[in-house]
Amino acid sequence: MSETHEPNTYTIRLELVDEPGELLRALRPIGEKGGNLLSIFHERGDKTPRGHIPVEVDLEATPERYEAIVDELRSEGINVIQAGTERYSESLTVLLSGDLVDTGLSDTLTRIRENTNITISDFELSAPQGSSDISSGRLRLGIEEGETERTLSVLREIADEKDLQVIEPLYEGGV
Amino acid sequence: MRLAIIGTGAVGASVAELAGEYGHTVTALADSRSAVTDDSGIDVEAALARKREDGRVGSGDPADALDAAYDCLVEATPTTLGDAQPGYDHVRAAFERDRDVVLANKGPVAERYADVRELERESEGRLRFEATVGGAMPVLSTIEDCGPAHVTGIRGVLNGTANFVLSRMAVEGLGYEHVLAEAQDLGVAEADPSFDVEGTDAALKCVIVANVLAQGEREYTLADADVEGIADIPTSALRLASEDGRTVRLIGEVVDGSVRVGPRIVPSTSSLAVSGTENIVQIETANAGRLNVSGRGAGGPETASAVLADVRRLESGTRD
Repeated sequence: MSETHEPNTYTIRLELVDEPGELLRALRPIGEKGGNLLSIFHERGDKTPRGHIPVEVDLEATPERYEAIVDELRSEGINVIQAGTERYSESLTVLLSGDLVDTGLSDTLTRIRENTNITISDFELSAPQGSSDISSGRLRLGIEEGETERTLSVLREIADEKDLQVIEPLYEGGV
Repeated sequence: MRLAIIGTGAVGASVAELAGEYGHTVTALADSRSAVTDDSGIDVEAALARKREDGRVGSGDPADALDAAYDCLVEATPTTLGDAQPGYDHVRAAFERDRDVVLANKGPVAERYADVRELERESEGRLRFEATVGGAMPVLSTIEDCGPAHVTGIRGVLNGTANFVLSRMAVEGLGYEHVLAEAQDLGVAEADPSFDVEGTDAALKCVIVANVLAQGEREYTLADADVEGIADIPTSALRLASEDGRTVRLIGEVVDGSVRVGPRIVPSTSSLAVSGTENIVQIETANAGRLNVSGRGAGGPETASAVLADVRRLESGTRD
């Protein structure tokens, strides 16, 4: 019985060299070492000062497997800029709707990031009527255990101010 | 039992029609303008035919039904907010005569729970209201059987109209207004659907459950509920949820003394992701884990079956 822990959700920040095949190379150890890849946030247009591409990877693994994945990434020469210091044990998905674009989408996301102790692991926008009408966004956040209620209250506050609707997830286990 | 039925909408009429099959006699039937009474049992079919033809069940005054010979009053008038009238006065009239009361009308137990329980305490009569939460589904009797002290909370989909609209929007990719119009054509939604789509109906049901769970320690009314409806949900939000293996349902929750109704994201595989007009309630218990009760939350004969189950419990002498 070497693995006694339940899987947690982890976020790893990487910097990849802008060359074909690098992303795939970075993801390979996750599968090989028994991690479950949840999402990849690949900021291709936003290079670091060194000309690298920041990538945020959310994965689910037991603590033992997570350590093995990070070790493997490092030994493969992949630049792991943040791992292990933040452990996001829960993933929170919310839907936002309203005039998302005109109320400043990046401002909304930035404020969520700044006012909570979370990482935005995925964001998808759907604006079928064009950018000036009602649109929807799906936001996946990595949060620390026990931070759900506080995170949601910050989200509600920002949404209220911008007249956006938040559809929150239901926790079936928590009653 | 001899039943006096007040209210001849879908539920009241169905109770009257089915009463004989369940071994009861209808001795009084009233609508808002008239009544028909007979100590040995009225002719239900004739009364309902008369109702269809000239809008009245009989030639008597509505108050005659309250004064008639009966063992149990079935209150099935429309739910009203605030003072819960005239339902509340009907309940009082029956309790003052030491008769039992079965409610299909949510108003008295959602808006004046403490008053109604006080009337019951002063009476020999007993109160039951299974039909007010989840129609045919045995939600309140399940809570009663577990013991309210052993129930830690409930959550569920408690309004078929809102659920129909959300599930059609998600599956067909159609807009809210379009699906609502379709629901009205199908008779799933009322001409004025606000009670359902704004979450009020689901909230009243949650308030009733909260009152039962509080066991007299605290009284809840609609003002204690945090309520949000579904009218502003764009189809694009439902599509984003669905691409992620999730869906949106109007969920009512009673947890830790708070009552909340609003659209929530649930996994598409969750038992709460019921489709169409189906309802479901999850009852979290201290010793028996989670109990799921699902089924028809509305409809005349369906809701009438819950009323008649209450009558049977009263007849067999179970005191709650």
